Amino acid sequence: MKELSVNHLLGIKYITKNDIDLIFETADHFKEVINRPIKKVPSLRDITIANIFFENSTRTKLSFELAQKRLSADVISFSAAQSSVKKGETLIDTVNNILSMKVDMVVMRHSNPGAAYFLSKNVNASIVNAGDGAHEHPTQALLDSYSIREKLGEVAGKKVVIVGDILHSRVALSNIFALQMQGAEVRVCGPKTLMPKHIESLGVKVESNLRKALEWCDVANMLRVQNERLDFSYFPSAREYSQQFGLDKELLDSLSKEIVVMHPGPINRGVEITSDVADSKQSIILDQVENGVAVRMAVIYLLASKIK
Amino acid sequence: MNPKVLLTSKEVDIILHRLACQLIEKHLDFSNTLLIGIQPRGKFLAERIQQIIKTEYGIEDIPLGFLDITFFRDDFRRSSKTLEANKTQIDFLVEDKKVVFIDDVLYTGRSIRAALTAIQSFGRPAEVELLVLIDRRFSRHLPIQPDYRGRQVDAINDEVVRVYWSEDGQDDSVYLLQQTEK
Repeated sequence: MKELSVNHLLGIKYITKNDIDLIFETADHFKEVINRPIKKVPSLRDITIANIFFENSTRTKLSFELAQKRLSADVISFSAAQSSVKKGETLIDTVNNILSMKVDMVVMRHSNPGAAYFLSKNVNASIVNAGDGAHEHPTQALLDSYSIREKLGEVAGKKVVIVGDILHSRVALSNIFALQMQGAEVRVCGPKTLMPKHIESLGVKVESNLRKALEWCDVANMLRVQNERLDFSYFPSAREYSQQFGLDKELLDSLSKEIVVMHPGPINRGVEITSDVADSKQSIILDQVENGVAVRMAVIYLLASKIK
Repeated sequence: MNPKVLLTSKEVDIILHRLACQLIEKHLDFSNTLLIGIQPRGKFLAERIQQIIKTEYGIEDIPLGFLDITFFRDDFRRSSKTLEANKTQIDFLVEDKKVVFIDDVLYTGRSIRAALTAIQSFGRPAEVELLVLIDRRFSRHLPIQPDYRGRQVDAINDEVVRVYWSEDGQDDSVYLLQQTEK
């Protein structure tokens, strides 16, 4: 009988290819479940999950909550803005207080890289990382790979380019780990100022010309320009960014083959991609969102089954 | 101890034909009836029965689906292993239909309890019946009995009743095994 090799999902780099395969097989079943007339199963009736978000999030938080509710778990959600964190409570204290209310699993987003790892070493619960600073965002990478697998049949052998702010992006890092583990080839493309210095050491090539990158790839993952993380001017203006690294319909149609366009959301329409690209048939942005629920159900189900 | 043969290939064949006839006797042309194989072990039995009704009695187009009950089981986190799911494939609504659950072995009744809950996700059936190849009586945990049974077997809890199908790469047969031989 197959099971995950880990008790927490802290990042893609802590799991194996077998784990990813198991998560995807399980997600296939949950995708069928969420398309039934009644989209709910009673598996996690006796599990309580806390969603702790120290950073803003709409999509990820909703997606996790929905996944948990579709599995019949009890859910408490909590945003740092309205909490005692503002009064000076430490992370471990906050989480331990929540755990004393008999919570089995914690889904956390935090602005510090390693926050989820730190928590997993210090509290007694199964931890799911929903984004820790510029480090990892494993469920996003899993749903991205799952969506590629669904659209193109498999991930192995595919060429994927990640475009945009690689420096601040946890989505980029988790995607690089996940795609390479499954045998895909990855390149990154973006302004030099937003490219980490030693990115090549991860085995990815840097391409500074968007057209060349797109001509090479099967899939383009267009990252969001994260204005909230740009503490100084990394590029002159949004307009200049979109001219060099934005994807519009004209560029997409001029390519020699049809590529798949992805975006982790939320989209800055007209900056990373234009509206007609986002809404085109080559875009699988909304499939990513649907798959997000199925993949998160799979992750939570598989982790919860290891809670004793 | 050597495994004991409960049913040979020939006996399985005769029983399948009888079960098919019993279904026809009750459901006639199957215009309002659906067959649902319970995953994973009920799948082959359900396919066989559908095939017999079709080829030997000329009743075509009987809707057949497969229901996986993994997410509805009552032993989640009680066993030490992760419960692994199988494919559910029900391409029709069960609302107001007569549903026949088909499974290979009826033992504690817990799988059927889970299936009764799971099927509600696809609508409210008019009625639900149960067809099993092997009925292990005296071992029920719940008040569930089959409407159609192939063979009734008395087995103690240490023993396992195993059904093999030619689809598995073995002759159709039913064996009684000791727990360790499973």
